[in-house]
Amino acid sequence: MIKIENLTKKFDGKTVLDKISFDVKQGEILGFLGPNGAGKTTTMKIITGYIPLNKGSVKVDNIDIERDSIKTRAKIGYLAENNPLYDEMKVFEFLSFIAELRGVDKGEIDEKISEISKVCGLEKVINKLISELSKGFRQRVGLAQAMISDPEILILDEPTSGLDPNQIIEIRELIKKIGKEKTVIFSTHILSEAQAVSDRIIIINNGKIAASGTPDELIKREKTQEIIYIKIKGDKNEVLQKLKNLENIEEAKIEDKECDRVYGYKIKPKQGVDLREYLSITIMKNNWAILEMRQERKSLEGVFRELTK
Amino acid sequence: MKNIYTIFKKELAGYFNSPIAYIFIAVFLVSSSWLFFQNFFLYNQAVMRGYFTFLPWIFLFLAPAIAMRSFAEEKKSGTMELILTLPIKDWEVVVGKFLSSLAFMAITILLSISIPISISNIGQLDIGPVIGGYIGTILLAGAYLCIGIFISSLTKNQIISFVIAITASFGLFIIGTNFVLEAVPNFLAPLFSFVGLGTHFQNIAKGVIDTRDLIYYGSFIFLFLWLTVKNLESRNWR
Repeated sequence: MIKIENLTKKFDGKTVLDKISFDVKQGEILGFLGPNGAGKTTTMKIITGYIPLNKGSVKVDNIDIERDSIKTRAKIGYLAENNPLYDEMKVFEFLSFIAELRGVDKGEIDEKISEISKVCGLEKVINKLISELSKGFRQRVGLAQAMISDPEILILDEPTSGLDPNQIIEIRELIKKIGKEKTVIFSTHILSEAQAVSDRIIIINNGKIAASGTPDELIKREKTQEIIYIKIKGDKNEVLQKLKNLENIEEAKIEDKECDRVYGYKIKPKQGVDLREYLSITIMKNNWAILEMRQERKSLEGVFRELTK
Repeated sequence: MKNIYTIFKKELAGYFNSPIAYIFIAVFLVSSSWLFFQNFFLYNQAVMRGYFTFLPWIFLFLAPAIAMRSFAEEKKSGTMELILTLPIKDWEVVVGKFLSSLAFMAITILLSISIPISISNIGQLDIGPVIGGYIGTILLAGAYLCIGIFISSLTKNQIISFVIAITASFGLFIIGTNFVLEAVPNFLAPLFSFVGLGTHFQNIAKGVIDTRDLIYYGSFIFLFLWLTVKNLESRNWR
């Protein structure tokens, strides 16, 4: 759906994007991840035709954006960074203004607006001035505006920034819902968000793609190993000795102490071995008790840190 | 065409939705009527020429005030990005904005229609110069507005846009006046006289509608709107 090749962008001689290439398939939700100033917004501004590229090419549905920007823009709904809106307009007026300019048929505009306001939860505020809306509602107006003409592609620049936790979850759900039918590119610097919403993640740093893949693939790239935390009731020295001598264990150590005879241990299994079952059986056999056990999951955070250091 | 109309509608509604529009209209009507009727009875003639001679000076301040927000505000609030990523052409935005500001100015000017109506009640008013005067005034307003819009597209700051637009309009207006023409070298005088906004206005205000003057205003407006479009596109030059 979107094909980006060797995209390069310079501002005042400083390279902001350096030969970036990636594809976005139809119906895919692509999370664009990176620290502030990495080039996420610049990439989006280029795809939407707001600023020009210096080198490389961007094709939207096989149309070069430099050749026919009007055509490619018509396929893209865009929620820009900081969600700029015409404050002096009412929500309804604003949406119908955008719909008209996006070429929605005059007769269909009212229907489209009521449809989209249902999806975005705008029914209550449809006759209010945009300047009177809370941040959450503004964001929904921004999303509604982007979707009003039913574009095939949605580009959302930090759609959840500045929202409270409830609103963030609502907007994420909305993106997921939209993403079932449409191609979505959204940027964020919240890792859990990218992990929760996207089919694929691209991590960008200093104008270069640092990594790309599904959230699971990226997590697997993390070099640190899985760790099992286990709280056992039993003599500390005996337990530790036993744990250390078990098969497939690289390292075992005492992590914390709850009270006498109850200690927390951290166990590092050998790569790729799931020790949980074996551990529990061993401990039962020795007449000790497991009070708590958890596998400390790897997260994107580690990957992100490593890649964007 | 449809896009221009959509932008035109939105911008014009924007003018009338803000209190500034009504203040603007009131200031214009009160100040121009007062200035006119102050001397009208002294002359004791049923003519409106006096009215059209000082309108350019009032517009010198009012037109930049109307034009200053056109792009500066969009730049400041970031809506520029919203509108310029829609599937419409830059020039459609510029023309839509220009036409709406011109329509607003035209409405304001036409509200002064009570003056010729009153005059024709008390004397024999020659209607030709009045119509010429109104056409000339609207053309002049268009010229001032397109300067203001161009300058507004250069900055984020409305006040800067306002002040620079007044200065530029003033400069372009006075270079055609006798005061300046007598001071410049002889070979430059015809050029200055032709370029000056005022010269052409005086012709039309006398009731003489010459195609040269119409072409002048047309190309003047076209030039500045073109510069505005180029300036918007210049985000493409970086």
